[in-house]
Amino acid sequence: MTPTESHRDDVGAKIGMWLFIFTELLLFGGLFIVYAVYRYKNPVAFHFAAEELNRGMGILNTILLLISSATVAMSLTAVQLNERGKSLILISITLMLGVLFLVNKYIEWGDKWGHGIYPGSEKLLELGHGEVLFFGLYFAMTGLHALHIVIGLLILTIALFRVKRNRITSSDYVLLENGGLYWHMVDIVWIFLFPLFYLIV
Amino acid sequence: MNSNHSLPRIRYSTYLWVLAVLLALTLISVLITYMDLGRFTILGALSIATGKSFLVLWHYMHLKHENRFYLAMIALVLLVFVAVLVFTFLDYGLK
Repeated sequence: MTPTESHRDDVGAKIGMWLFIFTELLLFGGLFIVYAVYRYKNPVAFHFAAEELNRGMGILNTILLLISSATVAMSLTAVQLNERGKSLILISITLMLGVLFLVNKYIEWGDKWGHGIYPGSEKLLELGHGEVLFFGLYFAMTGLHALHIVIGLLILTIALFRVKRNRITSSDYVLLENGGLYWHMVDIVWIFLFPLFYLIV
Repeated sequence: MNSNHSLPRIRYSTYLWVLAVLLALTLISVLITYMDLGRFTILGALSIATGKSFLVLWHYMHLKHENRFYLAMIALVLLVFVAVLVFTFLDYGLK
């Protein structure tokens, strides 16, 4: 290696991202196991509590995230093809869809708050043990997921600026690839959150 | 050794087809919850979610084109998860 070469190791960067993703999957995996145990212990309360959630909102957010996963994947193809403009548009669409997801989440949580359902609220405590567990998990898991959306948006915003400044190119795009991997991981977590909270009642 | 890989170029249409399948699977999972399948509702919804995750991993996260090493690591993580799940329920189920 000549001194002028930079120390670049894309494979190392990608393996690092995957290892990080594994820790994230086990973090959410642990929460899924907690959900499974509490559901097993409180089937009736979980059934009635889940009916309180807005299924339409859940479906809409699922569609938004799936489309955003496709657009971020396509933005990588655009970079590989040196179609910078297209790549910028595709990353921007991804960002917009992510923001829309958060707006919906805000409306959804706000609606629950409006009905007096939030962690530690008097109304929730009146409902009973099972409901407290269900909504506790609902706020914790969708909240943690939303935090990941925010982090994903930040990473992809950095990628957007780097594509714009030609620092992500068809020969050097591992940052966008890793940002995409992270975004898809967040999508996979939602793929499981959606049926567990909104579909199975 | 050049460790700076290049991922094969994947066509836009491939990604869009995968998206179409993912959306169709979402629709199916919503529809089956309106049917009265009893205990199979959970099984059905989670099977579809697993299928969707596989599609995302395989196509969007490029496992199809990556070194099999990544696949082995994911299998290991899944194994850890399943082991913890099984042992947790062995504990709760037998109490």
